[in-house]
Amino acid sequence: MAITALGSTEVIRPSVRQRKLEDERWLALVLLTPTAILLGLFIAYPFFEGVMLSLSSARVGDPGKFVWFKNFVKLWNDNIFWTAVWNTFWYTGVTTVFKLGLGLWLAMLLNRHFRGKAIVRAFILLPFIIPTVLSTFAWKWMFDPTFSVINWSLFRLGLISARINWLGDADLAMASIMVVNIWRGVPFFAISLLAGLQTISPELNEAAAIDGARPWNRFWYVTWPLLLPVTMVVMLFSVIQTFADFQLVYVMTGGGPANATHLFATYAYQIGIVSGLLSEGAAVSLAMFPFLFIIVVVQLLYIRRVEVR
Amino acid sequence: MANTKRRSVIKLAGSAAAVASTGMAGILATGRTPAYAQQKTVHWLRWVDFVPASDQLLRKELMPQAEKDLGIKINFETVNGNDLQPRATAAIQSGSGPDLIQAFNNNTYIYANSVVDLTDLAEDYGKREGGLYKYCRSLCSNGKMFMSMPWAVIGGMIVYRKSWFDEVGATSFPKTWQEYREVAKKLKAKGRPIGQTLGHTFGDAPTFTYPYLWSWGGKELDTDGKTVVINSKETLESVKFMQGFWKDGCDEGALAWDDTNNNRAFLSQTISATLNGASVYIETLRKPDQYQTEKGTPMNKDLQHAPLPAGPAGQFGMHLMQSDMLMKYSKNQDAAKEFLKWIHTEKNYEKWFISQKGYATPPTAKWEEHKVWSDDPVMAPFKVAAKLGQAPGFAGLPDQKAAEALSKYIITDMYAKAVQGMPAEEAVKWAEGELKKIYVA
Repeated sequence: MAITALGSTEVIRPSVRQRKLEDERWLALVLLTPTAILLGLFIAYPFFEGVMLSLSSARVGDPGKFVWFKNFVKLWNDNIFWTAVWNTFWYTGVTTVFKLGLGLWLAMLLNRHFRGKAIVRAFILLPFIIPTVLSTFAWKWMFDPTFSVINWSLFRLGLISARINWLGDADLAMASIMVVNIWRGVPFFAISLLAGLQTISPELNEAAAIDGARPWNRFWYVTWPLLLPVTMVVMLFSVIQTFADFQLVYVMTGGGPANATHLFATYAYQIGIVSGLLSEGAAVSLAMFPFLFIIVVVQLLYIRRVEVR
Repeated sequence: MANTKRRSVIKLAGSAAAVASTGMAGILATGRTPAYAQQKTVHWLRWVDFVPASDQLLRKELMPQAEKDLGIKINFETVNGNDLQPRATAAIQSGSGPDLIQAFNNNTYIYANSVVDLTDLAEDYGKREGGLYKYCRSLCSNGKMFMSMPWAVIGGMIVYRKSWFDEVGATSFPKTWQEYREVAKKLKAKGRPIGQTLGHTFGDAPTFTYPYLWSWGGKELDTDGKTVVINSKETLESVKFMQGFWKDGCDEGALAWDDTNNNRAFLSQTISATLNGASVYIETLRKPDQYQTEKGTPMNKDLQHAPLPAGPAGQFGMHLMQSDMLMKYSKNQDAAKEFLKWIHTEKNYEKWFISQKGYATPPTAKWEEHKVWSDDPVMAPFKVAAKLGQAPGFAGLPDQKAAEALSKYIITDMYAKAVQGMPAEEAVKWAEGELKKIYVA
């Protein structure tokens, strides 16, 4: 019976569409399409629009005309722009070093066993969880030229006799925004590196200890090389975020005093959105791209090298 | 065109009668929404007023009344003054947003392409109320159209502690910058400096730095309206004087202040004088028990207002002009115009004006005689603020380029750079370069 039945059943051939999907190349294309559409709509299209805007003379309410690289030439001769470039590198460089150092230190501490570890870990994340604008407003109050609680404390402790002009002095204002950025960024480093530390088998450290390696050597020759891939990825994220930072500086100083703390993003906002010079604002924004691109490529190449090793 | 038949007219009339008499059943029967479901909404965006009572009045009394009188819905929104320009830019570029957006000073010129001409309304308003002040006209109209409807001028005067000035021998307010510097030096020595922002903030910074520049004879442009003449002997003198004035008599932390910082500093008695609207004084009137002098007397009895001192070229003022732009993208332009007409009628506007207690000066001459000015002599200097103001871009027009220079804080930054240590010549040269990028490029 069974043989008869089989013999009488027609072989169902897959439809043309199904046959195409069996081909991995077509399947990959189909699976990638939604992502490609999303990326195209929300990343490629705005980027393309941004490029076109930066090559035009558009102002608010006026589409302008095509002016080639006139806006970029103007930027080249703009000393506020170069201040913003320098500030962005300085801000990103200094804060990343501190965030890495403090984050790693915190991660090593949190990787130890102690009572209330879970609660401490949760609290560590607080600066990262609170909306940046809210926490930055609190910091702004702490650095307020007149009502600074920091000044008040230092004065009461007898460490200063005159007010420190935190946000009114160019260098101190820069230092102040860096402090806030570090405060906000350390938890991200700490938690990410902690996750990395927990993937390292304790046996490796124990074996090194048995072989007589001191704590510093165990860290440098065992932990650090194994943690390096995670560290590089965390740094990559952090550098991108810090380089394009906006809200923190906008709330704390608005780019002042006298444009001394402008970063790419805040200067682009000042020019494009506040002054209504959309094309020039877009040019400032896009000028960030080559710098960031080079940084990201170098970091990615380094990550690949570390992973291969 | 389809002919209207007697039968269809009867049907429609019947339907209307059904709606009136049967409510929901009638609506369902006719398949038409009743008129009130098509109510128009006007979205009005303004700053958060420094006199909170005025926002309360608008929100709780005037807007509900307007809704009742006009049959429209008003969406009244307030934001920090520094956020109005970003909101306007975003709304214009996206083609949607508030129907009416408040503009400061000559910012109207930046948005000229995107606003509805309000000449009819503004001219009619001027005619009814004894004429618009020249200052207000120059900031709201480019000569071809009214880009916005003049609302009010927030007079900028120096509010100062009379007893503290008396203590250092200044029984009347200094008449010149030199005298002011000498008094400020004595006040600072007593821990009571002058508080003046040189930060990026819409009100107190430019309304100080522009008139200060003019009073020394400095100006952005020549009378041809094109040639940048900021790099002059007069400007240089003003910058050098500012460096000394700042060090001798000012609170050096004020470089980072916005428009609210000086209010807080004054009310907490850390500064003795500051250029401001009358908001400090009005706040001390509102809370006399909270704001007291070191002797335990109400602070409002110890406050006086005075215009900025005179320089070698005279005495000037620049006051914060407020106006309302009707946006081209608005789908409710007619309703918005009706609303503007309504709010600018004497009866309605007066309620708001009284709530300001003199903080705002109306843009027309009629209000000079109002009892608000005679009720409180401390407020009297604000009466003519709108009459005496001079617009940015002087000696040229307050046009789009002048608005760009203002919104980039070039004049303010020139002084800010100098007091931070940049040589005066370099600061002036920097400002000249920045202005030339706008006017010559």
